[in-house]
Amino acid sequence: MQSRESQILYCFCLVQASDRFNINSQLEHLQAKYVGTGHADLSRFEWAVNIQRDSYASYIGHYPMLAYFAIAENESIGRERYNFMQVFSPSSFLSRLIFASKMLLPCGLPPEREDD
Amino acid sequence: MADLDPEIAKTQEERRKIEAELASLTSVNFDRDLYGGNDRDSYVTSIAPNDEEDSNLDATGSLVAQRLASYTAPKSILNDVARAHVEDDDGGFKPRQTIAEREGDYRNRRLNRVLSPDRVDPFAMGEKTPDPSVRTYNDHMRETAVQREREETMRLIAKKKKEAEEAAKEQKDSAPAASSKRRNRWDHAEEDGGGGKKAKASDSDWDVADSAPGIGKWDATPGRAGDATPSAGRRGRNRWDETPTPGRVTDSDATPGGGVTPGATPSGVTWDATPKGSATPTPKRQRSRWDETPATMGSATPMGGMTPTAAYTPGVTPFGGIDMATPTPSQLNLRGAMTPEQYNLARWEKDIEERNRPLSDEELDAMFPTEGYKVLDPPSSYVPVRTPARKAMGTPTPMTTPGYVIPEEHRGQQFDVPQELPDGLPFMKPEDYQYFAALLNEENEEELSPDEQKERKIMKLLLKVKNGTPAQRKTALRQLTDKARELGAGPLFNKILPLLMQPTLEDQERHLLVKVIDRILYKLDELVRPFVHKILVVIEPLLIDEDYYARVEGREIISNLSKAAGLATMIAAMRPDIDNIDEYVRNTTARAFSVVASALGIPALLPFLKAVCQSKKSWQARHTGIKIVQQIAILIGCAVLPHLRSLVEIIEHGLSDENQKVRTITALSLAALAEAAAPYGIESFDSVLKPLWKGIRSHRGKVLAAFLKAIGFIIPLMDAIYASYYTKEVMVILIREFQSPDEEMKKIVLKVVKQCVSTEGVEPDYIRSDILPEFFKHFWVRRMALEKRNYKQLVETTVEIANKVGVADIVARVVEDLKDESEPYRRMVMETIDKVITNLGASDIDSRLEELLIDGILYAFQEQTTDDTNVMLNGFGAVVNGLGQRVKPYLPQICGTIKWRLNNKSAKVRQQAADLISRIAVVMKQCGEEQLMGHLGVVLYEYLGEEYPEVLGSILGALKAIVNVIGMTKMTPPIKDLLPRLTPILKNRHEKVQENCIDLVGRIADRGAEFVPAREWMRICFELLEMLKAHKKGIRRATVNTFGYIAKAIGPQDVLATLLNNLKVQERQNRVCTTVAIAIVAETCSPFTVLPALMNEYRVPELNVQNGVLKSLSFLFEYIGEMGKDYIYAVTPLLEDALMDRDLVHRQTAASAVKHMALGVAGLGCEDALVHLLNFIWPNIFETSPHVINAVMEAIEGMRVALGAAVILNYCLQGLFHPARKVREVYWKIYNSLYIGAQDTLVAAYPVLEDEQNNVYSRPELTMFV
Repeated sequence: MQSRESQILYCFCLVQASDRFNINSQLEHLQAKYVGTGHADLSRFEWAVNIQRDSYASYIGHYPMLAYFAIAENESIGRERYNFMQVFSPSSFLSRLIFASKMLLPCGLPPEREDD
Repeated sequence: MADLDPEIAKTQEERRKIEAELASLTSVNFDRDLYGGNDRDSYVTSIAPNDEEDSNLDATGSLVAQRLASYTAPKSILNDVARAHVEDDDGGFKPRQTIAEREGDYRNRRLNRVLSPDRVDPFAMGEKTPDPSVRTYNDHMRETAVQREREETMRLIAKKKKEAEEAAKEQKDSAPAASSKRRNRWDHAEEDGGGGKKAKASDSDWDVADSAPGIGKWDATPGRAGDATPSAGRRGRNRWDETPTPGRVTDSDATPGGGVTPGATPSGVTWDATPKGSATPTPKRQRSRWDETPATMGSATPMGGMTPTAAYTPGVTPFGGIDMATPTPSQLNLRGAMTPEQYNLARWEKDIEERNRPLSDEELDAMFPTEGYKVLDPPSSYVPVRTPARKAMGTPTPMTTPGYVIPEEHRGQQFDVPQELPDGLPFMKPEDYQYFAALLNEENEEELSPDEQKERKIMKLLLKVKNGTPAQRKTALRQLTDKARELGAGPLFNKILPLLMQPTLEDQERHLLVKVIDRILYKLDELVRPFVHKILVVIEPLLIDEDYYARVEGREIISNLSKAAGLATMIAAMRPDIDNIDEYVRNTTARAFSVVASALGIPALLPFLKAVCQSKKSWQARHTGIKIVQQIAILIGCAVLPHLRSLVEIIEHGLSDENQKVRTITALSLAALAEAAAPYGIESFDSVLKPLWKGIRSHRGKVLAAFLKAIGFIIPLMDAIYASYYTKEVMVILIREFQSPDEEMKKIVLKVVKQCVSTEGVEPDYIRSDILPEFFKHFWVRRMALEKRNYKQLVETTVEIANKVGVADIVARVVEDLKDESEPYRRMVMETIDKVITNLGASDIDSRLEELLIDGILYAFQEQTTDDTNVMLNGFGAVVNGLGQRVKPYLPQICGTIKWRLNNKSAKVRQQAADLISRIAVVMKQCGEEQLMGHLGVVLYEYLGEEYPEVLGSILGALKAIVNVIGMTKMTPPIKDLLPRLTPILKNRHEKVQENCIDLVGRIADRGAEFVPAREWMRICFELLEMLKAHKKGIRRATVNTFGYIAKAIGPQDVLATLLNNLKVQERQNRVCTTVAIAIVAETCSPFTVLPALMNEYRVPELNVQNGVLKSLSFLFEYIGEMGKDYIYAVTPLLEDALMDRDLVHRQTAASAVKHMALGVAGLGCEDALVHLLNFIWPNIFETSPHVINAVMEAIEGMRVALGAAVILNYCLQGLFHPARKVREVYWKIYNSLYIGAQDTLVAAYPVLEDEQNNVYSRPELTMFV
C-alpha cells in the first residue's frame, strides 16, 4: 500500500488555488489525522477493512450486542468478545486459510493492486 | 407612583395585559411536559448590575456562550467587526524593522560569530581515518585550545603593558613606551591595547585576500579543494598570528570560526594554490608583507573568492573594485561581498569620503616606481587618524575610482536602477545582491557546470522564499523540501546560513528561512551532520531572542537537528564551544544544549554533563556545564523530577568551586532546579543543604545573593519543621543583608523573605518579633518606592507577611505613612493596604486603627496629584468595602470630600471623585445612607453637562452605580427626568461615555421602562441605531440588549419597524448588528410577534435586506433553540426560496439558518421538514467559496444531529466511488466529518458489500437472528 500521506498530499495539490489558504483546506488535513477516515483514492478493499474494524469495535463496545451474538451462537459473552478481538472466528468462512487476526486483516489479504 | 403620568400608567397597564395574554398563549401552545419546563426560565432577563462581568465577557468571549447565550450574536460576527477596526488603526503601515536594529549590543554579538567550515561526519566514514584535508573534531578542539591560549597570552601582554605604562607614567618619562605590538599599516584604523571594544575592522584587506575562498567555493568544488591540498593539511600558525594585536583577538578571533584565523583553517588548503586549480602548491611565502605590493596581491586574489570573513564579519573591508575602474561581472560579485551594513554606509558616505580620503597603498604604489623605493615601517609613536565613519568601513577603498572613466559596456553591468530579474523572480533588495547577484548574470544556463546550475537553482528558490509572494514562497518551499536530498546538504546550507547571518534581516525573512531549514532537516536527516555546527551558529541566537516565537522556533529547529544528527554529533559539534572564551557563545551553547537534552532525553546527556561539570581544564567548561543544568530546569520544568537527584549530584561540587562565577551559577542552577521541581523533590537537595547554609556565612556579594536565591527556592519544598529550622538559620543573614545597598541583593532578599514567610513551618510570632522590626526599618523607606521592581517586590513580600501575621500588625505599621510627604511612597502604602485588606478583610482592625486608616486614605486620596494607575481609588474602595457598615460615621465626611472635589477645577480630580462614588455606592446602601445617595444623585445629575468625556463617563458610571443600588422608584432625580437628559448624551462619540450611558439606559429600560413615555423610548431607539457602529464590542452588545428591553417595554412593532428599515443601510457592521437586534427582539417578545413582519420584509427585492432577513432568521433560531419547532414549517418556504437563489450569500445564510434550526429541533419530530430542507442544501456541496462551503458543511453536520447519521450516509454513498475525482473528494470530505461525528452509529448503516474471491466483506454477525 502506498503511503497515505503522499496520496493526500497529491489530493491537496489538486485543490484550487483559492481554496489553498483557508480553513477548508485544513479540514481535510484534520480529518486525515483520524484513523478510519477516507480519501478520494481509497479502494473498495480499504474501505471495507475500515468498516469491518469499526463493526467489531462497535460490537465489543456495546454489551447488549455481545449478549445477543452470544445467544445466537451459543457461546459465552467473553468468548464472543475474544473472537471479535483476536482470531478468526469459527462462524466465518472455513475456506479461508490464513489465520489472521480479525482486527488486523478482517477481510483477508489485500487484493493485488493494478498498477496505475 | 401617584405622580406618574396618566400616559405611563396606561402603558404599564397595557404592558401587563399583553404579558398576561402572552402567558396564556404560552400555556396553550407549549407542551410543558414535553419541553420540560421551558428553558427560558434560565435566561438572563436583565443586564447584570455590575459591569465587571461585562468586561469578563469581553475578554474571553467564551463566557458569552454560557451566560448570555440568548443575547449575543455569534462571536465571529462581533469579533469580525472589531477586528476590522484594529486593522484600520495601523493602516498596514507598521514600520518594518530589522532584527539587528531591535536588539541590543549583547544579542548583536551573534553577528561576530563565524560560520565554521563543515566538519567530517565520523559515522559516514566508518573506520577510515579522516582525510587530513577535512576538518575533524580534533582540529576544532585544537583550535579552540589555541584560541584560549592566545586569549590568555593577550591578557598577560595587556596586563604587562598596562604595568609598563604605569611604570612609565611614574617615571614621567616622555619617551614612548616600547610597544610590543606591531602595526599592520599606518593608514589603517588600528586597534591597540584598549581597542577591545572596537571589535570591527580588524583585518586589513590583504588578510582577506589572503585567506580562504568563500564557503561557496569549497562546497561547489569539494574535490578540487581536496586535490589542491596535498600540502600539509594544517599549516603552522600563520605569521599574522604570531603577533596578533589584542584588538583582533577580542573580536572575530574570539569566535571559533576558521575563516578568520587563517592559520587554523583548512582553508589554508586553497590558500597556497591559486584558485584556478593549478595543482602546484606554492611554497610558503616568506617575504615580509611590506615587500609585497598590494597590486600583486590583488591579482593573486581569486576572482570572486571572498572569505567568509569578508562576507559575514561586519566591518571587514570589502575589497570593492581593486584597481578595477570598470565593473566586470566578477566585480559585481566582489561588490556583492560587502555586507549590507557596509553597503548602506557606502551609499551614504561615498560622496563625502571619496574626495577626502587619504591615499591608499594601492594608489601610492601606482604613483611611485616599483624599484628604488623601500617601504618603511611606520615609527612606533605613530597613531593613525581615526574617524568613526572610516573605522566602520575599514579602509575605505572606494567603489569606483574618483574622477570620470568611460564605462565599458557590459551586459551584466548593474546601474543604480535595480535590475529586472529574469523568470518572474521577486524583487531583490540592495542587501540581497551580495547573495543573489549571480542570478543577475544572464549567462546561458546550459554553459554552467551541473554544480553551478544546482547552486543557481537553490538561489532562485531561496530568493522566492525570502522575497516572493505567498504563492511563490509556498511552491519554492515545497520544491526545496522535496528536492533537498537531490540538491545536497552542502550547497543548501551554504546558501541559507549566510543569509541568516545578514545583519539587515527582518523578522519575517528570518522566520521563513528558519522554516526552510526546518523542512529540509527532515529530508536530509543524517546528511546534516557535517553542518551541525554551522546551523547552530545561526540558530542559537534565536534562543535568546526577545520574541517568544523566535525562541520557540529556535528550540524546534535545534530539537529536530539533534534528532536528525544524533547525540554524538551534537556533542561533538558543541563541545568546543563550551569553553569558548566568549561569554556570548557559551551562553547560547548552554541554552542549545538544554534543548538537545529535552529532545533526546536527559539520561542520554547525563554522562557528558557530568564530565563537563567536573572539567579540570577550564572553569569556563564547568560554568557552562552547570549552566546547561540550569537551562534544562528552566526549559522542561517539572519534567526534571525523575532526574533531579542526578542533576543535583552533577553540579553540587560547584558550590565549593575555586572560581566565584562557578559557585554563583551553581547556586542559580540549584534555584532553577528547585523552582522547577516545586513542591516535590526536597530529598534530592539533601546533599546541598549543608554547603548552601554554610556558604551563606562565608560568602559576600554576588555569590551570597545567588546562594540566598537557591535557599529561597529550596525552603518551600521542605516539611514544616525543617522549613522553620532552616528559615531561622538563614534569617540571620537575611536580616543582616536587609541593609545592603546593592539593588540586586535587595530584590533577592525580599524574594527570599517572601518565600520563607509563606512556608508552613514559620510561626507568626517569630515573624512578628524577629523579622518585622528590621524589615520595616530597612525596606519601608521612601527610596524603595522610586524603583518599579523594588516597589512591586516589596508590596508582594509585605502582603505575604500580612497573610501570616494578620492585617492589624501590618496596617498599624504603615498607616501613618499614608500621610507621608512623598507621593510614590504613599501610593506604595496604599497599594499594600489595598491588597492586604482585600485578601484578609478588615475585621482585625480596631476602632482606633480604623480612624487612623480612614483619616489616612482620605488624606492620601485628596493629596494625590498624578495617578494613572488608580491605586488610590482602588485602595479607597477596598478599605471602604472591607470596613462595610463601620464606615457609616465617616460617610458624611467622605461625601463632603467627594462633593467638594466634584466641583474642582481639575478634570482629573472630578473624574476621581465620580469614580469613587461608583466604588462606594454599595457600602453606602449597606449603611442605610439612601438619602445621602439621593443627594449625590442630584449632584451628579447637575454635572451631566460636563464637557470632558472622561469625566462625563465617570459621572454616568457613578449614576449607574447609584441607580443600581437604590432602585428605580427611589432614585432622585426621578427616572422620567433623568432619561430625557441621557438621550442627547447617547450621541456622544467617546467610547467611555457611550459605554456608561448605554449601560445606564439599558438598566433603566430593563427595570424601569414604565417611568418613561413610549415616545421617549422610540427616540432612544433611533439613537441606539447609531451606537451599533461603535468599535467596542461591549457597547454593541449593550445596545443590542437594550433593543430587547425596549421592545419588551413598548411592544415589538415600532422597534421592529425601525430595525427593519435599518437593514437597508450600507454599512455591513450596522446591518449585522441590526439583524442581531431583530433576533433578540424576536426572542424577548416571542418569535410570532416578529416573524410575520420579518418574512414580509424578505419580499423587498433588495439583496441586503433579504440577506439581513435570513441572517436574523439564523440568529433567531440560534437563540430560541427548541422553541423553533413551532416555526420551522412557517419559514420553510422562505428558506426553500433562499436555498435556490442565484446569490451565494443567500444560500450561505440560509444554510446557517438551517443549521441552527436543525440543531434546535433535534429529536422533536420535525424530520419531514428537515429532510425537505436537506434536499435543498445538498446540491450546494460542490460550492467552492470558502464561506458558503463552510456553511453548507455545518448545515449537513446539523442535519446529522437532527436526522441521524444513517440518513446522511445514504446521501453520501452515491458519490464515494464516483468516477470523477472532484466529486469523490467532496463526498469523502462529508463522509469523514460524518465518520468523525458518529462513527459508532454508522456501523448499523453501512451498505452490504459483496464478498470477492479472496476477500470477505460481509458482516455475518449483523444478520444473526434469535
